[in-house]
Amino acid sequence: MSKAIITVVGKDTVGIIARVCTFLAENKVNILDISQTIVQGYFNMMMIVDISALEDRFGAMADGIEALGDEIGVKIKCQKEEIFTSMHRI
Amino acid sequence: MLNMFEVIETNNMIEQEKLDVRTITLGISLLDCCDSDLDAVNEKIYKKITTLAGKLVSTGEDIEREFGIPIVNKRISVTPIALVGGAACRKPEDFVTIAKTLDKAAQEVGVNFIGGYSALVSKGMTEADEMLIRSIPQALAATERVCSSVNVGSTKTGINMDAVRLMGEIIKKTAEATKEKDSLGCAKLVVFCNAPDDNPFMAGAFHGVTEEDAVINVGVSGPGVVKVALEKARGQNFEVLCETIKKTAFKITRVGQLVAQEASKRLQVPFGIIDLSLAPTPAVGDSVAEILEEIGLERVGAPGTTAALAMLNDQVKKGGVMASSYVGGLSGAFIPVSEDQGMIDAVTMGALTIEKLEAMTCVCSVGLDMIAIPGDTPDTTIAGIIADEAAIGMVNQKTTAVRVIPVIGKTVGDTVEFGGLLGYAPVMPVNAYSCEKFVTRGGRIPAPIHSFKN
Repeated sequence: MSKAIITVVGKDTVGIIARVCTFLAENKVNILDISQTIVQGYFNMMMIVDISALEDRFGAMADGIEALGDEIGVKIKCQKEEIFTSMHRI
Repeated sequence: MLNMFEVIETNNMIEQEKLDVRTITLGISLLDCCDSDLDAVNEKIYKKITTLAGKLVSTGEDIEREFGIPIVNKRISVTPIALVGGAACRKPEDFVTIAKTLDKAAQEVGVNFIGGYSALVSKGMTEADEMLIRSIPQALAATERVCSSVNVGSTKTGINMDAVRLMGEIIKKTAEATKEKDSLGCAKLVVFCNAPDDNPFMAGAFHGVTEEDAVINVGVSGPGVVKVALEKARGQNFEVLCETIKKTAFKITRVGQLVAQEASKRLQVPFGIIDLSLAPTPAVGDSVAEILEEIGLERVGAPGTTAALAMLNDQVKKGGVMASSYVGGLSGAFIPVSEDQGMIDAVTMGALTIEKLEAMTCVCSVGLDMIAIPGDTPDTTIAGIIADEAAIGMVNQKTTAVRVIPVIGKTVGDTVEFGGLLGYAPVMPVNAYSCEKFVTRGGRIPAPIHSFKN
């Protein structure tokens, strides 16, 4: 299974999770884990998702979800998991 | 499973502390492009580079997007051209045609620099070596992306003082040939002692003759990450300080390792080495000088600078070697003046001099780098500077280099703008006493006694 990490940071507003999840469902991306906190009114979310079904469409999906972030007014990043595991796991 | 803290830490390094992969450099052997016909050599070189490196830039961009880590430069290094063109070139102008071919190929594949317009003359020069060296001013003036390097000494062979004297002349001529661009040509020309075969960083990259047909070398960076980590260790003792640098270097290098493996897999080119140098850029917060100041110096150049740099360099290497199986190139901390805002400030306020920089090169990863000097500095004085650096490298069994820019028409107090990653530099004063009789003796300085290890 290949995984990616999606991070969402920004001012809290109604429907952030709903819109991100809808986007992912439309792109056939399965969500494996979600953690979320609000710090001083700022929304912080991290999702671990399964991107096996995407194959070479990953880049386009990552661009798409970043654009969605601009629309909502939050910063969304989608990165393959290895960048984090290589740095934090031996 | 990963936690949010780890993810945020990595992304802060990238977004706020300017962690990046400085370069993916594709080394290409051009030995099979040798021919006695010059046109044939040029054609073969162009074809080989554009075929092998065709996907380098797009692959780099894909990796950048998928992992969310900036890869600042995609570059190419080739076999030293003095070897490749030796059979075909009869005069320096012939070598210039190869430089133009390299430039054209680099432009075609979209890389910003191509290194390897080089000659390895640590003991002696062949006719072709000398011709190539004499063609450097013209080659660097006629091209945009070609970088040149000359290795004039090594611990095993001693220092070729004929080549040192010649390079003094060539640097001046290159400055003259590119004087309307503030002598920019000299920023693309490095003189080495103990040059590594697998250096991914420009301007000194070339693909050594001991390497395979093609290889991926990666240079990671991240002075900003080290600086921010050290802010949390303020006032702590050296043990804590060293531990912090090591851990940070480890994390940075792991990212480089990931990028190198991905690039190697996607381009189907073997992975060579990771060079884990801290390479600064003119951006604020991306500075080696700022790390040294964070360690406890009021300004870089103050007493204690050499010791602080020695420690930094060593800890970066210690952290890095644990993170990758193949560490090579130069590895350590670069101290280019024009590319480091902290260095520029220290020079401007008089805290940092060429003499202190020379001392720092005894313990850093390379040498006197990107230093602007007055345009009327004599050839022989530049040769003397090169000889001093080469001697440091030869005796200490380390790589040293000189990349000085005698800026024609400018003098101490002026500032030179090179643009982009090359930054800007105040012109620094050089000792005015002559070494002409020393550098014009001719011949070579023998290898030091501790080189006899057989």
